[in-house]
Amino acid sequence: MNLAIVNYGMGNLLSVRNAFASLGAEAEVVEAGQDLERAGAIVLPGVGAFGEAMKQLRARGLEEALHREVMERKKPFLGICLGLQLLARRGHELGVNDGLGWVAGEVRRLDVAPDLRVPHIGWSEVEGRGPLFAGIPDRTAFYFVHSYHFVAEDPAVVHGTTVYGHRFTSAVAHENVVAVQFHPEKSHKWGLALLANFLAFARSA
Amino acid sequence: MKTRLIPVLLLKNGQLVRSESFQTHQILGNPVHEVERFNQWTVDELIYLDISDDDWIDGREDMKVRRESSALGILESVASRCFMPLTFGGRIRTLDDVRDRVQRGADKITLSRAAIETPSLITEAAKSFGSQAVVVVIDAKANGAGGWDVVYDHARRSAGRSPADWAREVERLGAGEILIQSVDRDGSGEGYDLDLIRSVTGATTVPVIAVGGVGRLEHFAASVVEAGASAAAAANIFHFVELSDRRAKRAMAKAGLDVRL
Repeated sequence: MNLAIVNYGMGNLLSVRNAFASLGAEAEVVEAGQDLERAGAIVLPGVGAFGEAMKQLRARGLEEALHREVMERKKPFLGICLGLQLLARRGHELGVNDGLGWVAGEVRRLDVAPDLRVPHIGWSEVEGRGPLFAGIPDRTAFYFVHSYHFVAEDPAVVHGTTVYGHRFTSAVAHENVVAVQFHPEKSHKWGLALLANFLAFARSA
Repeated sequence: MKTRLIPVLLLKNGQLVRSESFQTHQILGNPVHEVERFNQWTVDELIYLDISDDDWIDGREDMKVRRESSALGILESVASRCFMPLTFGGRIRTLDDVRDRVQRGADKITLSRAAIETPSLITEAAKSFGSQAVVVVIDAKANGAGGWDVVYDHARRSAGRSPADWAREVERLGAGEILIQSVDRDGSGEGYDLDLIRSVTGATTVPVIAVGGVGRLEHFAASVVEAGASAAAAANIFHFVELSDRRAKRAMAKAGLDVRL
């Protein structure tokens, strides 16, 4: 299966690529929309600001290409961190910006008591369900780095939750689209197990 | 959330070193071999700080060391085999330097001297890579008047301001995390300077990492419990105490902290 990692200038793609390589899956880093046509599965990583990320996706013709490959052709898709948040209809980071709009919801700043620091940086437990979490012990800790979180309209898409001040959505899944707020590529063996689960999910699709 | 425990690895001319008072540097060995140990322990995170003065490389051990001994080569090599958060700092002066580290696999970079000399770099780096990728290292030295001065250039020069004041400023400029390091406690083994750490955590809302002075495993917890740090870090102890990561975590758990075991 041809695995594509989308490069839109937002963050450390090398780690995601290295992590998949350690699982025997050589991924291609893709920067142009037409290159997604030959992909069997697509990974959208990324860190940084919501609005800037959408701007970069549009400037590179990737928004349209992603919509075609993931929403119309139903290719298996994994979003990581900002790659989860961009699924929303809207993001409220540095102004209000439209997202990809594939999953009904909005992205809002973590609203926590003053004794908790933002960004939320560190290892937090995830209560996960569904194919991504197969074989992973419940409440395994994964590595998070974020200041914003996805607020889903439909609870059915929520496949993982985590508590930081409040309980927030840390994994979503809808048909061929799965995404996580944390960084599996930075979460040692259980992170790699989750990526292996995505490969299995993609191959069975 | 789990309280993080972070080993800091100091690189000097391609070698892993132990530091004392920012002046004495004893060579400990090959930084790439050493990281395998931290990876097996599945440590929460690693911070590499390149404290070399120049590009001279000490490649005396063997060809493998010679090949991997530039700090950036070390970063690439570590990033290809360690699936944990990596922070890389030292000798970063420009946005291109930041980009170079991020592209080679750093999740976060640190700014210390450059933050003082070019504060706008903090903002530029945060805009390009997100605040979460920008850690400002504050080196602090007691000023003899009951407070501390921010120092830089291997603690040889003073920035003429207090760590709390500078921490507030770098947060405003876009830093996503602050690492507060006590020069006086460096290599001392006396424990953290809790008053110093408290002065910084009290002035900021972003996570603060404490480093400098840990000599016993029991020292780690105090930075969090008593001084409000988000993460406890140290350098030397991880090289000299057997199974230090596991045992430090157990000591932290005993002190009432939620840690990843």
